Amino acid sequence: MRVLLLRALREPATAASLSLSQWDLLIRQARHANLLGHLHDLLHDMPSVPEVAQVHLLAGARLAERQQQSVRHEAQELASALNATGIRPVLLKGAAYVLADLNAARGRVFADVDLLVPHGQLAQAEAALMLAGWVSGETDAYNQRYYREWMHELPPMQHLQRGSVVDVHHTILPPTSRAHPDPAALVANARALADWPGLAVLSPADMVLHSATHLFHEGEGDNALRDLVDLRSLIAEFLAADPDFWHRLVEQAHRHNLCEVLALALRYLARVLGVAVPAAVTHALSPHAGNMLQRLLRDQMYKRIFTPLHSSTKDLLTPLAREALYIRAHWLRMPPKLLTQHLLRKAWMRVSDAGQPLQTDQP
Amino acid sequence: MIVADLSPSALRARLAGAGLRFAAGPFAFRVQSPQRDLAEGIGRLYAAHPLRGDDDFIDFHVAILPGRNLRRFVRPQVRFVVDGLEPFKPLPADQAMPMLEWGLNWCIAGYANHLLMLHAAVLGRGDRAVVMPAPAGSGKSTLCAALALSGWDLLSDELALLDPATGLLHGLARPINLKNASISVIRRFAPEVEVCGPYLDTTKGTVALLRPPAGSVAAVARLRRPAWVVFPKYVADAPARLTPMAPAEALLALADNAFNYHIQGQHGFSALCALLDGAPAWRFEYGYLDEAIACFDELAGAVEQAA
Repeated sequence: MRVLLLRALREPATAASLSLSQWDLLIRQARHANLLGHLHDLLHDMPSVPEVAQVHLLAGARLAERQQQSVRHEAQELASALNATGIRPVLLKGAAYVLADLNAARGRVFADVDLLVPHGQLAQAEAALMLAGWVSGETDAYNQRYYREWMHELPPMQHLQRGSVVDVHHTILPPTSRAHPDPAALVANARALADWPGLAVLSPADMVLHSATHLFHEGEGDNALRDLVDLRSLIAEFLAADPDFWHRLVEQAHRHNLCEVLALALRYLARVLGVAVPAAVTHALSPHAGNMLQRLLRDQMYKRIFTPLHSSTKDLLTPLAREALYIRAHWLRMPPKLLTQHLLRKAWMRVSDAGQPLQTDQP
Repeated sequence: MIVADLSPSALRARLAGAGLRFAAGPFAFRVQSPQRDLAEGIGRLYAAHPLRGDDDFIDFHVAILPGRNLRRFVRPQVRFVVDGLEPFKPLPADQAMPMLEWGLNWCIAGYANHLLMLHAAVLGRGDRAVVMPAPAGSGKSTLCAALALSGWDLLSDELALLDPATGLLHGLARPINLKNASISVIRRFAPEVEVCGPYLDTTKGTVALLRPPAGSVAAVARLRRPAWVVFPKYVADAPARLTPMAPAEALLALADNAFNYHIQGQHGFSALCALLDGAPAWRFEYGYLDEAIACFDELAGAVEQAA
């Protein structure tokens, strides 16, 4: 199989029989998918990993280790800035996995800290963060309005000294989108972290639903495979602690109007990573799985998204699939009229920016 | 087989086709490029480096490709591509060879986080090595080139690769990057050396690339224990003078000159402590290369006698 990374993720034991040139390709695919550190963890006990490949896995793990240390530090800083005004932030995604010490954190790399605060406390949270040194880098008036009126988060805020970025969410989907999860229930159900006073994470089922929501509303596929791997780790760990977890997951999906997203997540967890989803769960979600044509088109698109973004995995339809993903994400986020206006506006901004020189690093 | 075993046309064909695969110390590279002057540069500078086969593991797959569209023809440019990514802006086509060198440095410094990487020259003597960290302009490359041409083994002119697990240094034995005035200094010091360039008006001024001595390339697999840390500084006409440096001060200065100290965290701190436990640190001022080399030989001799 061409996509060695997918095979290694599905059946790590098969890595034992790889040739050196296959290891070469596997390392490159894992690097492009931001999964070197995860692979290091997955193949940890395998004695047959050749030394030349092992060092690259270790390099990925070191980078992840370092980023997690920073995230722990950032989360504490955020907690002390927000707790002072009585806000208890709920960490989302990567930061939540790290602070809750979940398996999904092992070897994972990421850049930003995402957190959720109740909508009523949003202005207060923004002010508290600004006092503590985080500022919004978004200076364009249209983009500010885009975030504040139509999105589920503030424009990203960056710390003046440390350069760290925080995304403050007040719900998990844009208010203009078609599905309507209940953010108050998410916050009410959140679990305080015993080791990290003043911080909380979503309940297990909500955490899976949010990560899936984020993944299937995302317009760029750069970390799609990594996010799918996260979901696999989360579900496996929560199932081990609670045999009734599948049931709870479906129940929460109904409650938050996220059955469609969960159906998608489970479909591709099974197809891409070989996760065994009970037939009863698939059946319960089948009314939300779309019709045959929709499934066929989505499969064609996601097949090209859930793969390392590396030249060895590209085909003629890959650019089209990425374009379709971008459009789909916006389609889910906004009603058609607003979407048309927004895309025209963005296109114009791109054209008028085109005259500016590109900024890249010097050698 | 080494690179010099390939005829110039075979070398060009490999570069223009499936790629030239060769190793420098612990890393293997595959380089693809249609640029003829790059083939010539590689043939001269990497002559003694071992080739790698099609079935071997390659650490970094890179290419130097012609500029896009018009830039292929009008004031032509070249682009550095690593496995589909383009980390730099294009450069004038006549800088293809320095661009390859900077690109390979970028690959190692950006990806080899299993090692602690310092911005330092490293030279070996037997099983031991001297680590010379220094900012640009301190005369580090000139001194490094002079030592490499005077009986010391070249490990690297600007990338010290320390394995935190073993405390040993890996060598690369890649070309030495000489800048501006140091080009003529080294040409006077050793008129017979093979130098590519000069390449004018690069982002680092005028640069030239010095072929690593064949003996250093042959000995590159030998891991060395750091025995001295020397912070060199060129001062015109100054007599060569070594002054001891406090370990704590040296540790901060080393961390300051590291590429990935911040990524290594605890591992990096422990590795630098262990390094300085085994290698006393010195400040070194010099105005003349001959005196400087005598000073280094004496430093090495003192340890060899003690051992």
